Amino acid sequence: MTLRAANRTGAVTLFAGRAVAAVFTPPWFHRQILRQMLAIGFFSVPVVGLTALFTGAALALNIFSGGGRLNAEQVMPQIVALGITRELGPVLAALMLSGRVSGAIAAELGAMRASEQIDAMLTLSTDPFRYLVAPRLIAAVIAVPLLTLVADTIGVAGGWLVGVRVLDLNPIVYVRNTLAFLVPWDVVSGLVKATAFGFIVALMGCYHGYTASGGARGVGRATTNAVVSAAILIFFVDYLLTFLLSRP
Amino acid sequence: MNSASPKLRWRDISKRFGETSVLDGFDVSVAAGQSLVIIGGSGQGKSVAIRLALGLIGADAGSVELDGEDVSRFGARVRREAFRRIGVLFQGAALFDSLTVWENVAFRLLNADGVAQGNAKAQALLALERVRLEENVADRYPAELSGGMQKRVGLARAIVAEPEILFFDEPTTGLDPVTARAINELIVDQVKRLGCTAVSITHDLSCAQTIGDEIAMLHAGRIVWRGSAQELFRTGNAHVEAFIDARPTGIRRQDTFLAPLPPQTPFAAPPDRP
Repeated sequence: MTLRAANRTGAVTLFAGRAVAAVFTPPWFHRQILRQMLAIGFFSVPVVGLTALFTGAALALNIFSGGGRLNAEQVMPQIVALGITRELGPVLAALMLSGRVSGAIAAELGAMRASEQIDAMLTLSTDPFRYLVAPRLIAAVIAVPLLTLVADTIGVAGGWLVGVRVLDLNPIVYVRNTLAFLVPWDVVSGLVKATAFGFIVALMGCYHGYTASGGARGVGRATTNAVVSAAILIFFVDYLLTFLLSRP
Repeated sequence: MNSASPKLRWRDISKRFGETSVLDGFDVSVAAGQSLVIIGGSGQGKSVAIRLALGLIGADAGSVELDGEDVSRFGARVRREAFRRIGVLFQGAALFDSLTVWENVAFRLLNADGVAQGNAKAQALLALERVRLEENVADRYPAELSGGMQKRVGLARAIVAEPEILFFDEPTTGLDPVTARAINELIVDQVKRLGCTAVSITHDLSCAQTIGDEIAMLHAGRIVWRGSAQELFRTGNAHVEAFIDARPTGIRRQDTFLAPLPPQTPFAAPPDRP
């Protein structure tokens, strides 16, 4: 069991090393990068936006009712903003993408492996790490922070909506309190996390898809493994980065 | 068995997958300009032999030599350069789903050779014409094509860069007899036109006789017989005879069904077929 885990960790590390080397060395397939930016970034906006909207709204209600026990309802806007920008924005965006993007990448590359398309690419003098893996990594590392900014904005807006419409708070005071409380580091630390999460989302999808074997069943297994391993790694790295970034 | 200066040689190859020995003392060579077909039953290691030659997997022992050089010692750049001299038609065609037909055919030109898009498209269209596909197919996606058309596109992709060696992995598997015959004819035409070396693997005897100058029988991990295509049905080799006679269609040795057909002859069933 331990040996197998070490073996798998070593394989993922080697894969990641090859992938990173492919990211930083030519040729770069710009058209592929743009295609992946669209697939990973643009087409994920609705799902990430909706998740952030409802999470921000629910968070506002919870903090307002929970804060009432301490007579601290008035800090609800600040806590919503802090919670969204530092933690929930990047984590929820990445989790949604682990389901939507890691799974899709693993399924696509797994199917390409099963149908010998990856072998064909090699015989056509084209490195699959540069053509398939690097564009997905580059696109995810750029797109996830951008999606996190979208999630931050919509999540805070969700809290504002509940605060103003349901809890009858003053809309201008809500915005003023939020802006006065937040510091740039709250957003930046979330974006640093998002960059790492983007790498994880794409890497897990590529690794499990690229190494898939066993036909259709293998592709299904690769997809599940990609989603689960990406989600677990996101939580682990989230804690690690929170620990490192929140120290005084 | 081996000629003096082979274009390609599998030298005393052994390959195992876990406990299963697939190739054991596999040794065969192909002279420049020759078309060799390796026949054998399922699971005998035919595809493994091709994957070894392409460097997609490594051998446990022995070596594969291309123009006298061991392909396992090629670095990534040399391997990419070597692949420029090679064309491969995969069993399932292995076309890229997300690309159109012409983009598939021009893939190497666009992504490895740096050919400008207009020029690459022109070369792709010419290759499509050579495999008798019309220009209106060029902008379609592989999923919109029949199996036979996909094989033609795969062949066009294999020949577009005018390779020195062509590999054909089960070129007629899954095709109806008429389409299979058309593919065989295209392969013969293109190998002749390019004057290249060809290595094919198949268990389709009609295909083997049509496209091969020589045929080699792979059994239990090694070559057990090799001879000219005309000799296939009078080898006197027990393994070859067993392979031919075990055909479930009831076709017997020296049956006219399996003899090379003259051009444009309808692919008719043999008159004495039970």
